[in-house]
Amino acid sequence: MKTIDPSFAEPIDSDRSPALSSSALGILVFIVTELMFFAALISAYLIIKAGPEAWPPAGQPRLPIEASAVNSLILFASGYILFRGYRSFVKEGNSEGTVKLVRFCLLLGVVFVAVQGFEWVRLVGFGLTMTSSQYGAFFYLIVGTHGIHAIGALIGIWRLYVKLRAGILRQSSFQGVLFFWYFVVGIWPILYVLVYLS
Amino acid sequence: MAEVAHAEVGHDDHHDHHEPSFWSKYVFSTDHKMIAMQYMFTGMAMALIGGFFAYVFRMQLAFPGASIPFWGTLSPAAYNSLVTNHGTIMIFWVAMPVLIAAMGNFLIPLMIGCDDMVFPRVNRLSYQIFLISAIVLIISFFVPGGGFGGAWTAYPPLSAKAQYNATPFGAPLWLIAVTLEIVAFLLGGINFITTVMNARAKGMRMYDIPIIVWMIVIASILFMCSVGPLIAGAVMLLFDQTLGTGFFDGAAGGDPVLWQHLFWFFGHPEVYVVLLPAMGIVGEITCTFARKKLFAYKLILYSTIGLGILSFFVWAHHQFISGVDPRAAYLFTTTTLLISIPVAIVLFAYIATLYGGSIRFTTAMLFALAFTGEFLLGGVTGIWLGSSGVDVYLHDTYFVLAHFHYTFVPIAIIATFAAVYYWYPKMFGRKMNETWGKIHFWGTTVSFNGIFIPLFILGAGGQHRRIYNFQHYPDLAGADMQDMRVFATLSLIVMLAFQVIFIVNFFVSLKRGEKAGNNPWKANTLEWVATSPAPHGNFGPVMPEVYRGPYEYSVEGREEDYWPQNEKPSDS
Repeated sequence: MKTIDPSFAEPIDSDRSPALSSSALGILVFIVTELMFFAALISAYLIIKAGPEAWPPAGQPRLPIEASAVNSLILFASGYILFRGYRSFVKEGNSEGTVKLVRFCLLLGVVFVAVQGFEWVRLVGFGLTMTSSQYGAFFYLIVGTHGIHAIGALIGIWRLYVKLRAGILRQSSFQGVLFFWYFVVGIWPILYVLVYLS
Repeated sequence: MAEVAHAEVGHDDHHDHHEPSFWSKYVFSTDHKMIAMQYMFTGMAMALIGGFFAYVFRMQLAFPGASIPFWGTLSPAAYNSLVTNHGTIMIFWVAMPVLIAAMGNFLIPLMIGCDDMVFPRVNRLSYQIFLISAIVLIISFFVPGGGFGGAWTAYPPLSAKAQYNATPFGAPLWLIAVTLEIVAFLLGGINFITTVMNARAKGMRMYDIPIIVWMIVIASILFMCSVGPLIAGAVMLLFDQTLGTGFFDGAAGGDPVLWQHLFWFFGHPEVYVVLLPAMGIVGEITCTFARKKLFAYKLILYSTIGLGILSFFVWAHHQFISGVDPRAAYLFTTTTLLISIPVAIVLFAYIATLYGGSIRFTTAMLFALAFTGEFLLGGVTGIWLGSSGVDVYLHDTYFVLAHFHYTFVPIAIIATFAAVYYWYPKMFGRKMNETWGKIHFWGTTVSFNGIFIPLFILGAGGQHRRIYNFQHYPDLAGADMQDMRVFATLSLIVMLAFQVIFIVNFFVSLKRGEKAGNNPWKANTLEWVATSPAPHGNFGPVMPEVYRGPYEYSVEGREEDYWPQNEKPSDS
């Protein structure tokens, strides 16, 4: 039996340190759910795509493969830079270098989402909509879902950036956001290959 | 890094010793026990609605066309809506919140000896989203066209097109409500898993965790892994309903069976998501009142994990007549029959726990024993239905209906009552009245069998599930069949009437029940160390430490027949 420090500054059990912080573990459990969510969307897409109709259907605009490939590189760079930022945070805390890295990651992420949005506007202009064909419906469903996740993750990174500059960021929070950004970056190549390159 | 836990706990009120306001204490509380109570009372209120719906449509089936007391005559559209929402409410707004959310929230921190969930604000958000989902569902009953009437499984094209289901506003609201409810439990599940992994009391190793905590955690993992496809399907169906896409529309190049796969990929693990906490409750109560160590703790644990894995490979047994390839049906028959083995192992372990014990027939124990017996009936009839050859004939009959009520009523009603009678002293500091409890027990279980045994017979006789008035079908309108329908309906009314006893007993005992003390049942697990009712922070300034497993009852050489987990070994 031991007494808890009433100020709650100390953990209940300072001699028992879990392998992963609660924030990181909670995010990991959430990512498992997200993986199953995307797996369902992808399997639905593959089933419909394997159906009798031509894929991609005639008379529908083709997806911008090259522009999206460049955009993918921007996303990957953003993921790598957040990884660098985390390492720098672990080593030197909220130093000028860490702040710069996180800001750069945030910028690249916003560029990715903005380019995606710009492509969508063009595709809608060319006549690809959710109701124009199954092709369009699944494109907007899957890529749109990814986009929403990217926006959510960027909001997380922005909050992280604000806390980092204020000097109140905990390593476990950084780890949680990092894991989620890995998920958003990591699932993108699968979606790109399945949706754009088919 | 448990500092996360404390930064997010919002413990300031506890340590500043000022009296929290009504709103922060009862409505916007982050205390796991208060959130558990919110879930439990919301679930019970929804159970009353679901039970009332059952009463209305059973009255229509027994006395077709008659004016039903408290309702009036029932139109076919309203019948569809009542049946759909009865199923939805009982599974998503009664079984889930009471068994997983209320029991998980109440028991996990108390039983693993910590002060609260690791994410208390996420926990509060979870309940708030759940409450909104319940309100959205209730609103959907009052929009033009009425509540959704496409059956709780919502198969397209019936559910996708308003010209078929005739509920243009009810259908999307229903889907939104279900999706919100699921998001709420997702947040709860993250909390449960993380809390049990990271916040256990000092000294509590893997095999010292009470079996119900294990079962709730495994159920949460099943839920987290299976719910994604349902959300994906719900979003697609919502787009079909509102934006005019054709994901599930064959004419537009979509596939209606795709929905069935997405739905049942979630829907079957979901059965185990609610079953596991119920089995955990029964395990705890059986041990305490048999005064014996739980038989084969590790075997139960491993069987449950195996059951969890298998439950992801049985879903298509709901679709044997949906055009599933017979070779695939054969595979799913095999996995379905296999999954009965781990379930049977757990139930037999409970029966073995009883053997040679000194059994005390408290109300909680009676309900726990009834669960074991009644659920066996539900399980065994499931083996018939899991065989694709038999299922072709029994599909969509009342046999199926009686089968899953023989599983779900023991889970959501009988096990829940067992839990309420057992943990009521810890929740409110007083015991419920045992005499009235036993009257409630016999009234509930006997009338439950009175409802569903006739329905088994009717189903085997070919009575189809989704019929509004059997008088329109001469083969099903005979006097013998109609008598059984009337008997089932009267049994339902008896069952509902007996719940009045429970409700009165529940609320009268709040004020006038016998004072319970910390450990009224002389049980071992950590929640009985806390004062009854447990205060904010659960254990006061000294957190418990664990020295042994949770089921050390009737240990030889000890004066008392129980040995609390936190009691220091005498030699030290």
